[in-house]
Amino acid sequence: MNNKRYVARSTAIAARVLGDETMVMSATNSTLFTLDEVATVIWESADGATPLEEIVANKICTQYDVTPEIALRDAEGLVEELAEHGLVLLSDRPIAQSALASGGTK
Amino acid sequence: MPVVTVAQEPSDVVVEIGGQPIRLRSGDPAFIRLIQDRYAGYLSCSDEASFEFDIELAPPGTESGDEDVRVTWDSGRWLMERGDFRAEWNPSTASGRIEQTINPYSLDSVLRIVHTLLLARKGGFLVHASSAIRNGRAFLFSGVSGAGKTTIAKLAPPDAALLTDEISYVALQDGRYTAVGTPFYGELARAGENLRAPIECVYLLAKGPENKIEPLGGTDAVRGLLGNILFFARDPEFVKLVFDAAFDFVSRVPVHRLTFVADARVWELIV
Repeated sequence: MNNKRYVARSTAIAARVLGDETMVMSATNSTLFTLDEVATVIWESADGATPLEEIVANKICTQYDVTPEIALRDAEGLVEELAEHGLVLLSDRPIAQSALASGGTK
Repeated sequence: MPVVTVAQEPSDVVVEIGGQPIRLRSGDPAFIRLIQDRYAGYLSCSDEASFEFDIELAPPGTESGDEDVRVTWDSGRWLMERGDFRAEWNPSTASGRIEQTINPYSLDSVLRIVHTLLLARKGGFLVHASSAIRNGRAFLFSGVSGAGKTTIAKLAPPDAALLTDEISYVALQDGRYTAVGTPFYGELARAGENLRAPIECVYLLAKGPENKIEPLGGTDAVRGLLGNILFFARDPEFVKLVFDAAFDFVSRVPVHRLTFVADARVWELIV
């Protein structure tokens, strides 16, 4: 059984890093979100190919004073919230870029 | 020999906002005259136009109460809809049509939407803000309804040229952000002067016990500005364009919070 979780940034967003924070706007409803420093690390690592627990182990636990269990729990809470707003895709298998296509241009 | 001169009824008019001439055509001369009155100061002397809209007038009473604006891209054209109008615009043919009753407000809304779409392609945007030119520089006063946009406009000294009390037109021109006068007005009920000037700064308005200016940086400035930019098209490409424009703008133009008391002394700070 594969318990790994993969996260990929949606293409239906606009995002910019400003200092330690990242501002993300949903392209479907123009809602604006601000991600703090830790959330920014997860956001930037959400490539659809790296499991969330690997992101947490390699990018969070090595830089911040937090246990792997708490860091993973918080990271899961974050990505679930982002997914609820359509900012990321979650899957139990790697996410191909083609699955992120948001459709039409003009 | 007697000469009979027949006064020809107007069938179209070219309204030019932000240097973008748009021809509006209607079979009803009374409506054309209404447009001429509404957009006085923004009528083009030239017959040239970048885009054309045919306006079909629906009988009064056919509007619905739906106040939500929907702007979508479908099969090569923009569709714009609210309870009081339906419009479509094909950028590739530079033409479109508007269905509405005989009133100036529906057309005003369509023009605002069209200008947000045009500006987004060029790094600009429309923003909820009053604006004025003083000493050759433009100042924007941005805020939601009730924040004081019209109040600031009404308090402006005689040497300030008002560009709008409601919707400011921000264009990227020769690498500089420029404020352009618009006929889009709020409570002041009068069009802005058809002038333009480089933007000196943006003030995010807040009413308070004393006049005070505080610089805003980073995310606060972007968040404050984005919260007041007009977004009509729920379209990923256009949201990204406007989002990027807001970041670029904030990186080049100072954004401050202006807390003010509603009297003329606030303009002593705007120099």
